[in-house]
Amino acid sequence: MLVVSKARFATTLIICFLGMLFAFPSMVDQATYDKLPGFLRHTVNLGLELRGGSHLQLEVDLASVIRERQESIVDEARKQLRKQNIRYKKISVQSRDGESLITIALQDEQSVSNVKKILTKIENELDIETQGENVVAKLTKKYIDEFSKRIVGESIEVIRHRIDETGTKEPTILRQGSDRIVLQLPGVEDPGEVKRLLGKTAILTFHGVDETLETIPAKANQKVTLPHKPGVVYLPEEKGNGVVYYVPIKKQISLTGKSLVDAQVSMDSRTGLPAVSIKFDSIDGTRKIAELSAKYLHKQFAMVLDGKVLSAPVFQAVLNDGNAQITGNFTMEEATELALLLRAGSLPAPLNVVEERNVGPSLGTDSINAGKNATLCAFFFVATFMMASYGIFGLFSVIAIFMNIVLLFACLTLLGATLTLPGIAGIALTIGTAVDANVLIYERIREEVRSGIRATMAISQGYKLAMMTIIDSNLTTLIGAIVLYEFGSGPIRGFAVTLALGILISLFTTFSLTKSIIAFWIRKKQHSEIIV
Amino acid sequence: MFRLHLMPYGTKFDIVGKSKYFFILGVAVVLTSLAFMFFKGLNYGIDFKGGYIFEVTMPEVTDIPSLRTKLGSLELGEVAIQQFGQENDLMIKLEKSEEGKEQAVAIQKIKETLGEGVTYKKIETVGPKVGSELVSNAIKAVTFALIAMLIYIAVRFEWQFGVCAIAALAHDCAIIFGLFAIFPMEFSETSITAVLLTASYSINDTVVIFDRIRENMKRHKDMLVKDLINQSLNETLSRTTLTAATTILAVMALYLFGGKIIASLALPIMVGIMVGTFSSIFIASPLLMFLNIRKAVITQSAEINDQ
Repeated sequence: MLVVSKARFATTLIICFLGMLFAFPSMVDQATYDKLPGFLRHTVNLGLELRGGSHLQLEVDLASVIRERQESIVDEARKQLRKQNIRYKKISVQSRDGESLITIALQDEQSVSNVKKILTKIENELDIETQGENVVAKLTKKYIDEFSKRIVGESIEVIRHRIDETGTKEPTILRQGSDRIVLQLPGVEDPGEVKRLLGKTAILTFHGVDETLETIPAKANQKVTLPHKPGVVYLPEEKGNGVVYYVPIKKQISLTGKSLVDAQVSMDSRTGLPAVSIKFDSIDGTRKIAELSAKYLHKQFAMVLDGKVLSAPVFQAVLNDGNAQITGNFTMEEATELALLLRAGSLPAPLNVVEERNVGPSLGTDSINAGKNATLCAFFFVATFMMASYGIFGLFSVIAIFMNIVLLFACLTLLGATLTLPGIAGIALTIGTAVDANVLIYERIREEVRSGIRATMAISQGYKLAMMTIIDSNLTTLIGAIVLYEFGSGPIRGFAVTLALGILISLFTTFSLTKSIIAFWIRKKQHSEIIV
Repeated sequence: MFRLHLMPYGTKFDIVGKSKYFFILGVAVVLTSLAFMFFKGLNYGIDFKGGYIFEVTMPEVTDIPSLRTKLGSLELGEVAIQQFGQENDLMIKLEKSEEGKEQAVAIQKIKETLGEGVTYKKIETVGPKVGSELVSNAIKAVTFALIAMLIYIAVRFEWQFGVCAIAALAHDCAIIFGLFAIFPMEFSETSITAVLLTASYSINDTVVIFDRIRENMKRHKDMLVKDLINQSLNETLSRTTLTAATTILAVMALYLFGGKIIASLALPIMVGIMVGTFSSIFIASPLLMFLNIRKAVITQSAEINDQ
């Protein structure tokens, strides 16, 4: 006799009930959904290709930040070398085989060990090699890995701030691989604005202007040769009249936008143009802006954003309260955007868009409908086939298939997984494969019946014998799925999750649900004939 | 009472005896697939090569050849235009010839060429780096998955079973790739899913038969290995065909009603399930014959009994 304990029967019922409860919200229309209690208001996340929206894959330009870090080590080393009177021919950061290296060519070999000490003191995580009077150093892999991780993490935070403030709903921002960020914006059809927001690193710096040199005006797109002076760099300023002014700016940064606490759009009281009012934090920033304004009182200084001069005004008074105003040739939109960028903070590294997918909402709806139809048809085909093959037992497995889909939906909802187009295909396929375990059992039962045992006996025997087969075949696939999840990325991971869930759920429906139904049915039928 | 039977019970097909022909067939198909992959290569989609895909509804029926010439003159890459659904629904693909930084500019140019009143259903831009990474990542993940499954089967059964299962799996994957190479089907990101589904179905199918072989080995200690495999195959034949049938029915529904994208995924899966079923019955199991699954002693005693 096939026996299912009361406890197991009860658990089965509870799981099925919970499954239906959590799958239900995904099936109803918006009006019904709004009436549901809060804990039930979770539906399956639809992938972007189903609901419409933008998908951006961004590459964090780690190489440039790592190079920058090395440049700063070189700057520091140069200072130390001068201080200690160590003579060198050349010190620079060079690229070799896609890797940037700090190279120092010294006058003689004697000071090599001293240089090594200096470098280690500046940065402990350096691999230093020497060849005669040449010293080559690079950041250790461990340092670069941790550094990269931090940069990508910080980038995600900044992106979140920038995107969320623009009012875009429910963006998904995920780290992918070592240097990628995936950004999904449901409902956004043209991500132009988002791309523009992310295209700026928004590093704001304040510099002194070298007053011994002249600002050089030039027509846009015109090549100009700029005078060279150590410590000074010419940066462009656009005033909207088609002329680019190259302002001689002292390389040394007097103040950065990092110590900002707030940035808001305001009006420039003198010109009446839109400007951005900024407030520095009370300790460090306020002191620095006070020092800077005292130093450059009645002198010109420059506000630089991402290598471009916003404006180069003259300090009219010493700023003691930590408030300042950024002026420039802004439109209202530009000022609003700059204020947002400053509030969100600067990106630690430039971002490149490497992949972009935009799906209009109509295409998504079409896909969902096609997916629904296909799933229903698959269900109908398989149900007919199973009932033709196994009669009433076929019907039992049809109930199991139905619960399979319900539970799969419930699990996807609870896991917060995203349903994609191939995901829908996966669900339809589950309908085909979910009956496998049942088929194995039924076939085994038939074999037992043919060997001459009573039907009820054959049924329990069939379950017992098929158990091992089902476990082995499903475990093999499950192991495959787990490994795919562990090492795969993107679509492969999504596939692995659906596959693993499908296996676990079909095991549940076979050994708890169908088994319970069959046990119940046998008890009812007790004396009549049972044909499997 | 009526019951549908795909396979009658009590069949006694001598599958192992004819395994030579199946192996020849299998090897021939695999070699053909590999040859096509090697010489013709896969028809990689924009997902892998990089480029632009536009799905648009034109305001009126457009002359495709002249549009192709116009888009071609932008020199953004190879242009392919396909019609689907309504007459004015077009899918435009531009394969990027080089790494262009100015994606936004390119998209703007294309939009200008298409003119006013166009509804954009989908716009995709993919850099070529993304695709190649996906492939290398997929290969790594699948290799590890294969090793893990090999180990599991070797532990639960014998190492010979693991080797045969993986050989059959390699056979299936090679054929699916071959399918993409022989017929000009675009190999896209979702195609990877088709390959993975085939593999997972095939391994499941193979293990079910192996399980029966293992069981029969214990039950009939003095049976010839050849007869043992034959008997196991015949006993499981009904289940193998039934499960294949239900799965193919489900995929068929996807192919017929699932829409354009899902249909393109369903076709290779359908072939994959057939190939997977074939390899489980005709490749993986007969292959066990050559790897001496039963300890020499038992085989000898079986032969003595036979004589």
